[in-house]
Amino acid sequence: MSEGPKPAPESKPEAKAAPPKPQPKPEAKAAAPPLPPDQAPPADLALPAFVAALQSGVAGAVEQVSYWVGDWTVIVAAERFAEVCTFLRDTPGCQFDYLSDLTAVDWPARAGKRFDLVASLYSIRLRHRVRVKARVAEDEAVSSVTGVWPAANWLEREVYDMFGVTFTGHPDLRRLLMPLDWQGHPQRKDYPLEGPGELLMESPQDWLKARQAAAEVGVK
Amino acid sequence: MHTDTPLPMFDTDELVINMGPQHPSTHGVLRLVLKLDGERVIDCDPVIGYLHRGIEKLSENRDYTQIILLTDRMDYVAAATNNLGYVQTIEKLYSLEVPRRARYIRTVLSELQRVASHLLWLGTHAADLGALTVLLFGLRERELVLDLFEEYCGARLTYNTMRIGGQPVDVPPGWDKKVLAFCDVQESKLPEYEQLLTGNRIFMERTKDIGVITAADAIGVGLCGPPLRASGVYRDVRKDEPYAAYDEMEFDVPLGVRGDTYDRYLVRLEEFRQSLRIIRQAVQGIPEGPIMGKAPRLIKPPAGETYHAIEAPKGELGYFVVSDGKSVSPYRFRVRPPSLCNLQALPQLVRGHLVADVVALIGTIDIVLGEVDR
Repeated sequence: MSEGPKPAPESKPEAKAAPPKPQPKPEAKAAAPPLPPDQAPPADLALPAFVAALQSGVAGAVEQVSYWVGDWTVIVAAERFAEVCTFLRDTPGCQFDYLSDLTAVDWPARAGKRFDLVASLYSIRLRHRVRVKARVAEDEAVSSVTGVWPAANWLEREVYDMFGVTFTGHPDLRRLLMPLDWQGHPQRKDYPLEGPGELLMESPQDWLKARQAAAEVGVK
Repeated sequence: MHTDTPLPMFDTDELVINMGPQHPSTHGVLRLVLKLDGERVIDCDPVIGYLHRGIEKLSENRDYTQIILLTDRMDYVAAATNNLGYVQTIEKLYSLEVPRRARYIRTVLSELQRVASHLLWLGTHAADLGALTVLLFGLRERELVLDLFEEYCGARLTYNTMRIGGQPVDVPPGWDKKVLAFCDVQESKLPEYEQLLTGNRIFMERTKDIGVITAADAIGVGLCGPPLRASGVYRDVRKDEPYAAYDEMEFDVPLGVRGDTYDRYLVRLEEFRQSLRIIRQAVQGIPEGPIMGKAPRLIKPPAGETYHAIEAPKGELGYFVVSDGKSVSPYRFRVRPPSLCNLQALPQLVRGHLVADVVALIGTIDIVLGEVDR
């Protein structure tokens, strides 16, 4: 049996209407700027021994205790940050001898105290972790913890470089990653991510001012 | 420490010289400002930041999935462990369960990565000290690991091979046999390196009692990974805070005694054997099951923050991520790079040694400048 000639392909009807043009999304209205999510620990969870020891050992220093996905955080007063760190390192039952990390978080929307200074501590002997947080104002200096853990040296330099938080008693507070003559502190939330070349590269602060001035008069 | 005083008839003067940033032994763009008294180093000030790309800032403006790719570019000779640390951090923020099969594959990949990273370290460290053959040997075996990675994910250097919630692809058929074959090859090559270095008189002279750091100093200055263990500190994130499938693996943590450059070499050499042991167990024990957990399509973790650390080949690699719960990018993305914390100990290590030992000591802390500067 021979196959008949194939019918001429019909001219296909318009398959489907052209997809709707993607509408440019209206610029999301300025959402409320975020604030730190310091969740309170669940009521049925017992405080670990080192938090209890800290609360009784350094009276009044712990402002808040927070807990999230297994991490304990104690929020302490900035002026007692070094004191708390020394206590946590030296007290039996705490023994946080290892400074894993020291960094900061910028919360520009928070009134007064703009930065969170965050130290992640670990105890090699007892194998537990805790985060110590201190709220720091923009023009406030925190006492350095380089005397507690020498490891804090470069980490504090980085915090100073990236956020502009200053430390008193630091042996050598210079910029770490950015060039020494750099202006501005790149990890701040109001620091521009990118911009028009030269002025930004040469003096980001001037560029920032120009941009803010332009925004105020409504020029894009 | 060498503290011989100069002979009275000679007047010595302090000399400040720059080593780097374009120096073959600095493993990238590291500049050391050395203060010398004759050939002895009095002080050393590492200047870093030449490779700073602002990965933390950039990540705060990318969404959670795009960041996996950025983490590849930090420690670019150990991209798989960088991926692993990051995806686990986000999984922890979500409290997301990862299927057991994916966790096993991750374990295999991260141990293969450790072998590859240590091979590169071994080769370059030995080459810095004048033993070029070991570099060729190291690169030869590293090539085999890269081939395995290429077969698994298609890339040889920057893998981008983990996803939040699981693994993007399953192991190719027959891959496990090749991994086991590689383990046999690698194990048979280890005596070759030992023959060239362990008993080599020149190597021993160049490394023994060079850059000694005590356990207490090492902990205080924040050393991590093999350099910390070489000082006799039992600290391995894989044992202390197990992740992936390490809690189901049997392995030992090699420790050093004296904390000098030679011990750091011995510790890493033993880590080869332990890594191969883990790879064998993991690749033979890969269970059946899905490779992807129930991760949402749009990654937007609930508001919260966490710090998660893994044992990268260089040491404790930590990620600190703050999510505001509303945005698809992290509010704060912070990397705790092991290389940075190890490099910080360099001035303490080189003080009092000869200029030639500086080269050995840069090699022994095993830094990658892409990770130091981010």
